[in-house]
This record gives sequence, structure tokens and C-alpha cells, in this order.
Amino acid sequence: MSAFIHTVYPVASGDYTRAGEASADIKRKLKQLGVASMVLRRVAVASYEVELNLVIHSMGGELILEVDEKGISLTSQDVGPGIPDISMAMKEGYSTANEEARSLGFGAGMGLPNMKRNADGFEIDSELGKGTRISMRFNLV
Amino acid sequence: MEQMKRYHSVRLDKTRCKGCTNCLKHCPTEAIRVRNGRAHIIDERCIDCGECIRICDYHAKVAITDDISVIHGYKYAIALPAPSLYGQFKNLKSFGPVLEALKKIGFDDVFEVARGADIVSRAVREKLREPGLPRPLISSACPAVVRLIQERFPDLIPHIVDVRQPMEVAAMIARQEFCRKHDCPPEDVGVFFITPCPAKMTAIRNPIGQEKSAVDGAISMMEIYGLLLPHVAALQNNPTETTATYYGIRWAAGSGEANVVCPENSLAVDGIQNVIRVLEEIENNRLNDLTFFEGSACLCGCVGGPLAFENNYLGKRAIRKLSNTASKRHPVDDVPASMLTKYPLYFDQPIEANSVMKLDDNLVVAMQKMERMNAILESLPGYDCGSCGSPTCRTFAEDVVRGYCSEMGCIHKLKDQLKVMAQQMVELAQTKRE
Repeated sequence: MSAFIHTVYPVASGDYTRAGEASADIKRKLKQLGVASMVLRRVAVASYEVELNLVIHSMGGELILEVDEKGISLTSQDVGPGIPDISMAMKEGYSTANEEARSLGFGAGMGLPNMKRNADGFEIDSELGKGTRISMRFNLV
Repeated sequence: MEQMKRYHSVRLDKTRCKGCTNCLKHCPTEAIRVRNGRAHIIDERCIDCGECIRICDYHAKVAITDDISVIHGYKYAIALPAPSLYGQFKNLKSFGPVLEALKKIGFDDVFEVARGADIVSRAVREKLREPGLPRPLISSACPAVVRLIQERFPDLIPHIVDVRQPMEVAAMIARQEFCRKHDCPPEDVGVFFITPCPAKMTAIRNPIGQEKSAVDGAISMMEIYGLLLPHVAALQNNPTETTATYYGIRWAAGSGEANVVCPENSLAVDGIQNVIRVLEEIENNRLNDLTFFEGSACLCGCVGGPLAFENNYLGKRAIRKLSNTASKRHPVDDVPASMLTKYPLYFDQPIEANSVMKLDDNLVVAMQKMERMNAILESLPGYDCGSCGSPTCRTFAEDVVRGYCSEMGCIHKLKDQLKVMAQQMVELAQTKRE
């Protein structure tokens, strides 16, 4: 007996009207699966941050939720522009968010550090002009 | 149709229900289904917010509260008026008429829940100073909001402030003071909350954070309003004053608690759908710089309760005006520190999560059900029409997986199926004899 949840959420660049819908759906799914509160909260925070990052910084991409018996994987894959200096981007308070995003209250430079802090496993890979891939893992056992 | 029964106040009057989809669409916890032409409330999911009572044009949703005659079961009866009661009477210039009118209709004594709110305000203020508690702390005053968190935001349970409701605090003090004054045993005294909402009734029968409620029953404000009205009119100039402060009275009309416990960094939200939206934000850590959050299920707070007579905005205005006649002393100064230890003001039971959203206790089975649910959902038209009796296509898919209904319960799927069958019959009829 095995099962596997695999859901892909397309996220459009600059689409603030729909921002947060993917992470809201992820939260609902995890609650229906009965994921423990402590894990759920961490996924909630990380998935919201990563979704908003796609909206604010990327040229569009997708968020992929995968769940198996052992854990939850959250992967964000975009089509650009790529991060020039990942170690800089990982610093708390560093942000390249534009005026529009800042006026909406985003761009505090806490997105990536928050993701890393909340996930059990965190990997980021980026190539200028190609895109960024962020993989997060949350253990269930 | 669903697991074990849990007591709750909101019920259906089957004789009045037409089987329409109004309540279905407005229930914030998707707790209603229409089956066999009648609405059914899933007891495990209902948080007693009363949205369905408000929306039903046929008045088929009712709140079960205690009849006023319940007070005759005790040698003495004390009324605990919710502060929202003061907002129900037009042109009220002071509190005396209402407080004394309660005695005219059969109560031996009155203890104001607004005074309980003053004491709770002081206790919550102290809580906010305690180190190591999550932010924001969430008010425990609205039982519908607490039930909502237990069911839909279990990860926010640690945020709920563990101070009892003003109604509970008022009941403890009222009984003790009465017994001392009249030298009688506690069991001789019945203590009754005059309630603007069904959620408080449920909170008495099924207490949150404590084993047993100190309140013996709840009498609907709507029911008592007509009885009080002539006495309130006759007692216009009664000089009895409120024992509560301006702040305690204002608990009735939304943001009252937030304004007194943390005016500098709190957020008060009213209306259950609005509360849900902000709880989502808290869950996403977008409000971790906020100290205190007060959510009220009803618009305008308790004056907007489904059992309140007066229009919620008029009620709010009345409370604001009237509160100005009360003492402006802040509860921090007005409530002695000794109060914090004299009575058990804090929860002694944990607040448990309500796992009704869970598809199955076993993760693998839950995942299999979710896979099936998603497959069913993809085959549905997405009209969210409610004709199947479930509020949305998504909940319908969930209901099929949970075994509550069959896929052909969707009339659009049924129509498509009939079309195929009709086509097959035509083809069958046209088949030539070999």
C-alpha cells in the first residue's frame, strides 16, 4: 500500500491578485492529510514565502507539492531571471524587490532565510538567464 | 451522517426548511449539506457562529437555549447580562433600568458580565507581559472563533490566550458573593447568562479550557427582550449604577478587548469570514509583529449576535454612548491585583484540535482518498451550484470519497450519463436484424 500526492501550481509573475492561493491550497491539503500542527505551520510559512517570491521576483514558474509517507517536498522552479549572488540573497534583510512589491509590504529580505529556517532540508540552485530552483523538504517521521 | 455527536446549539427546524442552498453557501466551516430536500448540520463541524440563522429566509435554523422557566429549578437565580444587552434598548440613558428590570422578571440578583470583562482584561494584560508566548496572542473570548481555530487552524491553538471568558469569571464571583451574603449553599443558586449568541450556549455545555462551566444555563436575549421591555420603560429613572467600567461595557461591540488589553499594538476583526482571512495571515507568519488579535464571529462584535434584537450598528452606537456614563478607570487600576489569584481565571484543560478536516487517521489512506478526490474533482463541472447538496464541487468530491454520497449525485454528471445512455438506446433501436 502506497500513495503519493503530486500537485503542480503554476504561478504567474506579478499576479498579486492570485498570490497566496497556491500556499492556501497546500495548507488545506496538508490539514486534510492530518499533518501535525508543528510541521504544518512551518510548511505554511515556507510555502507562502516561496510563492510570493515567484510572484515578486521571477518571470513566472511553478510550485510543486509532493507528499509521501516520509515527508513533504516543496519545489519552486522558475524561468528566470536567476539570482546573481545566492549568498547575498540568503542574507537577512537583503532584498531586490521593486517599488510595487515594497508598496504592498513585501521585500523585507526575509523570504529565503525564512524558508531555510522553516524547512528540514533546503537547496537552492540558480543560473542567470535560466532560472532558479528551490527545493525544500519537511520530514514527517 | 457524520461520526459521533457533539453538543451544539444551532439546529434545524425541519418543518420550515425548503432545502434551498442559502445556508449551504454561507457556512464558514462547510458544515451543512442538503440531503433529501432538507438541510443537515454536521454536528462535528458546526462552530455555532450563527451565520445560517441570519441567512435563512425561512427561519429554519434555530438556536437551542434555555427557556426562562429554567430559573425556577433553583431556590435563587442570578442573571448574568452580557454587556450587549444594554445595546438592545433605544434611548437608554443609564444602566439602572436594565439591571433592575432583570429582577422584575424573576431573578433574585444580577451580576454584570461587563464586570467579568474588566477582570479578564486585567488578566489578559498580565498574560501579554509573560515571556515566551507566541505572537500574536489570540483572544479566547469568542467561542465560535476558538472552535474555528480548533477545526481549521489547529496550528494556531498555542496562540490562544488561556484566560477564561468574562461569562465564566462573572458566574464564579456572582455565586460566591451571593452565597456569602445570603448564607446559602452554592447548589441553591442558579446562574444564568443572558446570551446574544448560540456559541455561548455551547460553551456552557461543552466548556473550552475547563472541565465544567460555572454557568447553569443560557437564556436567549431575543426571548427575554419582550419580557424586559415594559419594565425597562417603567424604570427609566432608576438610579442603580453599573459595577463595570467604560472598558468592560465596550467589550460588547467589537474591539473592546483589544482596545483595553493592548491599544498600542492589537488588531480586532469582526465577521467570521474576515476572521478566517486574518487567521490565514497569522498562519503564514505575516503578523508576528502583532501583540494581540481579537476576532469576533459577528459583525460589530457581540451586539451583532444572532440572538440580539437590535440592528448591530445601532446596538454598537448605543453601547458607545452608554459606556461614556460608566467609570473611565482603566481595569488595570480598577481591578485589584488580588483578583488574579482569588478565583481560577485561567484554563486548566488543554484546547484540543478538532480533526474533522482529516480524510483519514492513517496518512497513506488519507493520501489515497485525496488522490481519488482530486480525480473526481477534475471530472466535475466546477459550477459550485449546490444542486448536489454539497456547498462546492470540491466538497462534493470530498463527500463522495468520505462515502456520504455517490458521484451521480451531481446532476450535471447525471445528465451527461443520461445523454450517453439515450444515444446507446437509439443505436440499439436502430440495430438491424442480422
